Amino acid sequence: MPQENPGPPAETPEPLLRVRDLTVAFTQRHRRDQVAVDHLDLDIPQGSTVGLVGESGSGKSVTSLAVLGLLPRRGVRLTGSIRFGGRELLGLSPADLRTIRGKDIAMVFQDPMTCLNPVLTIGTQVTEVLHRHQKLPRGSARERAADLLDQVGIPDPARRLGEYPHQLSGGMRQRALIAIALACRPRLLIADEPTTALDVTIQAQILALLRDLVTDTGTTLLLITHDLGIVAGTCDTVHVMYSGRIVESAPRGPLFADPAHPYTAGLLSSVPRLDAPRGTRLVPVPGSPTDTLPWDNACAFAPRCTRADALCTDRAPHERTEGPRTLRCHHPLSDPAPDPAPDRAPVLAPGPVPPTATGGPNLLPEDVA
Amino acid sequence: MTAADPAPLRQRAAPPDTEQAGISLGRDAWRRLRRDPVAIVGAVLVLLFVAVAFLAPVLAPWGPTDTPGKDLVTPTNVPGPSTEHWLGLDNLGRDELSRVLHGARQSLVVGVVSLLFGAVTGSLVGLVAGSFGGRIDNLIMRLMDIMLAVPGLLFAIGLAALLGHSLTSVMIAVGTVNVPVFARLLRGSMLTQRSADYALAITSLGVRRRTLILRHVLPNSLSPVIVQGTLTLATAIIDAAGLAFLGLSGTDPGVPEWGRMLAETQRYLSSAPHLAIFPGVAIVLAALGFTLLGESLREALDPTYRR
Amino acid sequence: MRRLAQLVPILLGLSLLLFFWVRSLPGGPAAALLGERATPERVAQINRIYGLDRPVWEQYLDFLGRAARLDFGVSRMTERPVTEELVSRFPATAELAVVAILFAVGLGVPLGYLAARRHLTWIDNLSVAGSLIGVAIPVFFLGFLLKYLFAVQLGWLPPDGRQSPRLFVDHPTGFYVLDGLLRGDPASSWDALRHLILPGIALGTIPLAIITRITRAAVLDVLHKDYVRTAEAKGLTRAVVNRRHVLRNALLPVLTVTGLQVGLLLSGAVLTETVFAFPGVGSFLVDAIAARDYAVIQGFILVIAVIVVTVNLLVDLGYGLVDPRVRLR
Repeated sequence: MPQENPGPPAETPEPLLRVRDLTVAFTQRHRRDQVAVDHLDLDIPQGSTVGLVGESGSGKSVTSLAVLGLLPRRGVRLTGSIRFGGRELLGLSPADLRTIRGKDIAMVFQDPMTCLNPVLTIGTQVTEVLHRHQKLPRGSARERAADLLDQVGIPDPARRLGEYPHQLSGGMRQRALIAIALACRPRLLIADEPTTALDVTIQAQILALLRDLVTDTGTTLLLITHDLGIVAGTCDTVHVMYSGRIVESAPRGPLFADPAHPYTAGLLSSVPRLDAPRGTRLVPVPGSPTDTLPWDNACAFAPRCTRADALCTDRAPHERTEGPRTLRCHHPLSDPAPDPAPDRAPVLAPGPVPPTATGGPNLLPEDVA
Repeated sequence: MTAADPAPLRQRAAPPDTEQAGISLGRDAWRRLRRDPVAIVGAVLVLLFVAVAFLAPVLAPWGPTDTPGKDLVTPTNVPGPSTEHWLGLDNLGRDELSRVLHGARQSLVVGVVSLLFGAVTGSLVGLVAGSFGGRIDNLIMRLMDIMLAVPGLLFAIGLAALLGHSLTSVMIAVGTVNVPVFARLLRGSMLTQRSADYALAITSLGVRRRTLILRHVLPNSLSPVIVQGTLTLATAIIDAAGLAFLGLSGTDPGVPEWGRMLAETQRYLSSAPHLAIFPGVAIVLAALGFTLLGESLREALDPTYRR
Repeated sequence: MRRLAQLVPILLGLSLLLFFWVRSLPGGPAAALLGERATPERVAQINRIYGLDRPVWEQYLDFLGRAARLDFGVSRMTERPVTEELVSRFPATAELAVVAILFAVGLGVPLGYLAARRHLTWIDNLSVAGSLIGVAIPVFFLGFLLKYLFAVQLGWLPPDGRQSPRLFVDHPTGFYVLDGLLRGDPASSWDALRHLILPGIALGTIPLAIITRITRAAVLDVLHKDYVRTAEAKGLTRAVVNRRHVLRNALLPVLTVTGLQVGLLLSGAVLTETVFAFPGVGSFLVDAIAARDYAVIQGFILVIAVIVVTVNLLVDLGYGLVDPRVRLR
């Protein structure tokens, strides 16, 4: 496996998860490769709660599967580096990966209806992971499993252990899946759209549960979602992903108050907000996630961007740092609008965009709750 | 769905052009069939089989009852393939190639007639059950369950034994076995079609029930029947050969019949195995042709079906 | 229990069907029984003896009553009760069917599993091609080929029968393999087993093709299920993932299809036993057809139908054991 970066500088502690130059491409005979993740860099510091946001197809879920080593071996080209706790994961043998998965890195998936094995009891599905990684004997594994179910708010856990998935509601199943994920006290929990398949009221409960558990256990959380609203109440740092690359990374406050990338702004204005003035319309991001350009010599978002000009379809924007945020855009909202699209209003009109010099941090005074 | 599952992600990217307007299911299926090697092999075998059946008198060097080699054959010596008799001679000195070629006619006739008998009767039964519903439907389908409780070949044996030793009784017997299969199939797909949205839409336009069924529901229910029909032709040929093997077939010894040829030559197993191998291979090729064609038809007509 | 109740109308209907089947034989059952020896006087005599001059519904009730007591009349060929004849030959066919199903399941499930695991590789293509060809080969032709190759040409296995003629042992159960073991004579068990191999393979090939195919499809389906990904995400060992999560779910459709093969096996046995001169119920049926022994044919078909229906019922019950969603319904 190629490893471009030899290691972190000695003075800064290496983050728990450090992804460098990760590229995932699906290959198929007689077809062009489909690049799902494109030279991605991502740091997740120990103890943090990080959001990875993007539309479906942006590569966020593929990234998480790559971290877990769950991508199929055939038909997938995987390059770059994924270091977890100082250990390179790419190139590890399948057997070694199995000792890490479920123990050090755990994952909660989207649809609790289909993620539990229908023919095994909840008890078996919780205890098998304890048995695997902590070598707990049957009796104490069952006790611990009951504790776990209790911890994730499943009432009457001892009885639930003997039940099958179809006897549980969707919310209960997701709680069970969270219990399974947290069973071995993983250092990193990846939650991929953990609430998308649930009712709105249940969504809030599950999110609150995740937040509490993460705080209590000190687990590092990577929350993957298409919904900025979910990230708003949960994450310290947010990465916005588009077509396989991260286009904007910022702490939660600045990102919500003052999105710099047109795509982030577009996502934000498509989320209902309590602090928006009455009568504000929800504006969807125009076009569909399939309208992209390859990152090689263009900005992938250009076809859908109101601020795009000739530069955007000619050259890929470099990543640049502006204060607390990093950004990949030729014409961020912190710049004055470029010439060619004066009549098309920017997707988001969050009040005055001061025409200050480029590079200056551009925070609005108010912060999001 | 998110991009979490990489497999659908790749599948989704694959056929963007099939959804363009103006390409009907039929034409789309045809396009897929032409590119499917299984379909091509199946079609070639089927065409070969049909051609041989029709052209047997022209292709065969001898008639089925001619005995060009009766002087060469002794009870202990049945000559195998030679330049003059490509597939050898049989125990009566008849040319084996000519017998096998002529045997195709019998197999094709038995296969097609029994299929038509079974498919038409079964489809009518299913149509009646599906159109009326209620108690009639219930009664008919229980009867079909009873017929299905007896294994197909046994059912055919019983029926053929009842109807006497003749070609007609073999065709009726083999065909009757398939009646419940087609009845269930047509009724099932009619029930699905009837509850489909488009049927509701048409009913709400005030179209009469008979018109709805005959003009809209029935045609849309037919594609599984076509698939099943092709596959059934294969089993019909095998079953008819099985009945002939057991001695249940037409009584005219002059008409070559693959199953009976196999049965009659059992005694020459060690001295003249070619007498059993060639008719056997002929049955396999014919049945294989219809199986392959049917399977690829199923795949072409139903895009969600995976082989 | 509801399934058990559904059995009754099916069996009643079947008995009605078979009853009228015999009644509609050419010349009526008496003529069928007498065959060429039929004269009007003898027909009338037989009709009186068997109560064929009574009203039809009375005859049917009588038939039903006797069928319930497993009394299907007397075989014309052997002049012994049909039931006795079937019972004495049944162990042979049962042994043959067991060997065939073991061959089909024992080879088909691993092969289908391997094909799915190596999806779109040569082994997968081979299994697909094999299962397409497998269903196109008539049982009797395959039997002939096996017999010619392995018995006549190579001489590895016996060409026909159930037992070598030089072995004389009595058979307390009628299951020869079992009898040998019971009597502490493994050599005769081995001999019986060797006689079962070729017919077993011939009979099991179509079920093998079907089971391979359904296993492959089921495993392919399960491999893409979310719960398998969950199991992988738990870091479970490959063996546990495969056994507990993949195979356990994939075997549900395989179980159903295997149950459906029993009918196919029993009718295929008729042809297989003929090819291998194997003295089971199947070859007895062929003799009965040739001799127009309708009592035997009738009894045979009814017994087979009962077996088929019962096995399917058992499969349904077994399904409930494996799948909790069915159990609770």
